[in-house]
Amino acid sequence: MGSEEITTSAESRSHLKELLAIGLIASVIGVVLGIAIDWFPTQASEEAERIDTLWDVLIVFSVPVFVLVVVVVLYCVWRYGMKPGEELKDGPPIHGNTRLEIIWTAIPAIILVALCSYSYVVLTDIEEADARALNVRVVGEQFTWTFYYKDASGEEVASPQLYVPRGRQVNFTVQSLDVIHDFWVPAFRMKIDAVPGVDTHLRVTPKTNGRYPVVCAELCGLGHAVMRQTAHVVDPPAFEQWLEDRASGAADGGGGGGTDEAGGEAGAPDGQTIFTDAGCGGCHALADAGTTGGVGPDLDDSLAQRDEAFIEQGIVEPDAEIAEGYTPGLMPPNFGETLQPAELDALVEYLAEVSG
Amino acid sequence: MMERRRLTAKLRAPGWYRAGAYLVGGVLFAAALVTVARLAYGFSTPFDGADGWDANWQNAVLIVALLAAPLFFLVGIGCFDYWFYWASGRPTRPEDHSSHGATSWRDYFRVNTDHKVIGIQYVVTSFFFMLVGGLLAMLVRAELAAPGAQFVDPNAYNGLFSVHASLMIFLFIIPVFAGLANYVLPLMIGAPDMAFPRLNALSFWMLPVAGTMMTASFFAPGGSFATGWTAYAPLSTSVPMGQLFFTIGVQFAGASSIATALNFLVSIITMRAPGMSFWRMPLLVWANFSTSLLVVIATPFVAASQFFVLLDYALGFNFFVPERSGDVLMYQHVFWFYSHPAVYIMMLPGFGIVSEILSVKARKPIFGYRMMAFSLLAIVLLGFTVWAHHMFVSGMQAWIRIPMMVTTAIIAVPTGIKIFSWLATLWRGVLHLDTPMLFALGFLTMFTLGGISGVMLAMLPVTIHVSDTYFIVAHIHYVLYGGSLFTIFAGVYYWFPKMTGRMFDDRLGRLHFWLTFVSFNLTFGPMHLIGVQGMPRRVADYADQFATWNLFISLASFVLGLSTLIFVYNVVRAWRTGPRAEANPWRSLTLEWQVTSPPPIFNFDRVPTVVGGPYEYGVPDAVHGIFRPAGEEARTPQPSAVAGGDTSRE
Repeated sequence: MGSEEITTSAESRSHLKELLAIGLIASVIGVVLGIAIDWFPTQASEEAERIDTLWDVLIVFSVPVFVLVVVVVLYCVWRYGMKPGEELKDGPPIHGNTRLEIIWTAIPAIILVALCSYSYVVLTDIEEADARALNVRVVGEQFTWTFYYKDASGEEVASPQLYVPRGRQVNFTVQSLDVIHDFWVPAFRMKIDAVPGVDTHLRVTPKTNGRYPVVCAELCGLGHAVMRQTAHVVDPPAFEQWLEDRASGAADGGGGGGTDEAGGEAGAPDGQTIFTDAGCGGCHALADAGTTGGVGPDLDDSLAQRDEAFIEQGIVEPDAEIAEGYTPGLMPPNFGETLQPAELDALVEYLAEVSG
Repeated sequence: MMERRRLTAKLRAPGWYRAGAYLVGGVLFAAALVTVARLAYGFSTPFDGADGWDANWQNAVLIVALLAAPLFFLVGIGCFDYWFYWASGRPTRPEDHSSHGATSWRDYFRVNTDHKVIGIQYVVTSFFFMLVGGLLAMLVRAELAAPGAQFVDPNAYNGLFSVHASLMIFLFIIPVFAGLANYVLPLMIGAPDMAFPRLNALSFWMLPVAGTMMTASFFAPGGSFATGWTAYAPLSTSVPMGQLFFTIGVQFAGASSIATALNFLVSIITMRAPGMSFWRMPLLVWANFSTSLLVVIATPFVAASQFFVLLDYALGFNFFVPERSGDVLMYQHVFWFYSHPAVYIMMLPGFGIVSEILSVKARKPIFGYRMMAFSLLAIVLLGFTVWAHHMFVSGMQAWIRIPMMVTTAIIAVPTGIKIFSWLATLWRGVLHLDTPMLFALGFLTMFTLGGISGVMLAMLPVTIHVSDTYFIVAHIHYVLYGGSLFTIFAGVYYWFPKMTGRMFDDRLGRLHFWLTFVSFNLTFGPMHLIGVQGMPRRVADYADQFATWNLFISLASFVLGLSTLIFVYNVVRAWRTGPRAEANPWRSLTLEWQVTSPPPIFNFDRVPTVVGGPYEYGVPDAVHGIFRPAGEEARTPQPSAVAGGDTSRE
């Protein structure tokens, strides 16, 4: 190979064919791999379906571009890498090729405009408003979310957990009390910033029952990493029941940990479930609940030998007394509002018992 | 007595002693100003006794000192001496370039107006901050190796990634490109120096000020700034004092950028050698011309965004307080109107470097030279029309997202033209696969990947899901590490013989490349996946499902960090004891290689005349510039094709 003096144009053409063949095979392999990767979390909303399909289309168009660039580079390294004796040799003085330059300007432009058009269609679909949508007001603050529903009488009902009925569009109005947060449920694929002074909106149509993390996606301060709650997608009747119970101040917040998310089970709320559902474990270690959060004090130590009044104050007025070495203002001050009296009592009782 | 006189003389002459004294003076000035102002308004001052030394007084002094002390320092070190002498009518030093050249390492620690000295000052300083920023990244990865909190508390963690990003952007990538161009660009256009050598020196000395300020923020009361390099209001107006070390540090880094960009623009427009028309300029010159346009137009916007924060923070201006008619989203618009073009500020000079290297190392003319230049200008223009794609989920008005999506996608067209043209340059060349070339080829592939994930991010519905996730972290590191940093390594290796007069060890260089290339992909590749799966960025703690990948990423990142030490070892050793470099070891045609390594003190002992394009490899007997014997230029009539640098026709 190394002995050829001048690469003729016929040879160049055969090199081009060789390159195209390798590129084509590599692209096919690349696209197959790209599609085969399990990219996404659970698909829990109709929007997720549309976005995941768009993603696959993008993979089909993108991977070959990357693969072709890599193949050309590697091919040139293999074919045209300098061989011994060529130290002073130069390549052919090719300055350009207008036709080629027009092609690689026009084709990408056409593909990009097509992809933009498709994205626009997807966007209109996922943002289409349904008049029957359920309205939920989402309020972010350092470092928690509170969800407000309207009950049958038109009164607002607050909840630290997000409950939504399956199969019905939910229209979220997102607000913030302090800095910018971002309301994101990865399983829904949808997010929007919570901006102080502005109402932002997000529409989601849940389609799969289950529990999914609610994540704050915009850096909002020290507790940003633990600003997590749970979104529950349940059957519509279960949702109605839950809302009714919530409004009347009865029952628990989490369906007793049942896997089918029936919701609204009667009976005393379970302290441990409230502890985990309200996100306490994100910041606090508690051996009994199996949590290891290190942002706030370790409850096994700090609550030992303490009475229930102290524990209740710690939940309702977290800044009243700060354990040494910890920062005030980190723990959300609104648990007194979002937890119902029965839940608060159960939680206090549970903490007094297990930290004893 | 002698001793005292000597000290007095040192304190009066420009240099570190005077700079130190002025720095102290600056702090005292701040304290005095704050005390007088607070007395006038009836606030507490130290005159009220021990209670007067309260946090309010201290914070006010700190803010004023952050603004004033650097200016005192810059005066003390000697950046303004000439101008002050000139303005006051006192005799200036008669010789224009009296402080040209460097004879010992000490000269690099003085104010110097030689573009070659300044170039090296820039490059070394920015690599210093790159190592600091890299160390911070290692700490970030150490914390992220397992879920939960291990080494640092949330405040320290937020500080680590914030300072990491700020140093890498404002103290490494932007200035190191300015430094390389500072050294190379005047040589490439056949000029004896930059147009404004003293402004050039001032530009450099603002950098250590900005870098020291950002790094020192870890010692601020309440810890370093911890709001990310984006410093979104109103978070940034409601956190401890460390924030202002960013807010004010950026002002100095930005002022430095703007001054250098003006310098480049004027140098390129007015100081090209005879015959160097715009269409004969090497693409590195074109790239820096384009970058400088971006800097001059865009950088004032980031300055403004941080002044808004400063005024809100220190003086209660309510720019970002909605209850007082403030507008929170305004911050993001102003910030990204700079910070998106900043991505191209961090990329276009790299395009220039790669164009030089690929052409020389493939022994072929650059493919489609004019389109390469036009695509740079197209990127400059389009770069100003896409900023709000960073705000797709910010809650801004919905309609603006659509045009921003289209422009963002379209900017891939000029970028694509460049990539395809580079590939065509390789085609049928004779590829010299040494260290600079390997980094250039590494850039070509990795930047393509970053560009492609950029196109995916342009597609709005995808961004609604992946914004603020590790997919973004992966994307920016493919663009800025696989893109910018690979070109920086390529450029440093490529011009190392010219800048130092020494050759580096190519075997170590190639080892550096391969280790970096592999560990880079192992570090940032998986981030695409965990991002799409739902891991948000800027968190010290994360869900257990991401634990395995994060451990893997952390381990890979430590290898990536260590690979940089090979580079440091290679260049330090080569600089001290490497073999002497020839004038033109790469057989390049551009002007900087036609003079000795390192170049003579005023660059060209004989004035060059440019008679052809810069990349005519393979054309028999092609030359880019010729050097006429001294004194001959007066006699020889100018050839018509080279009638002065100011006509850009070929």
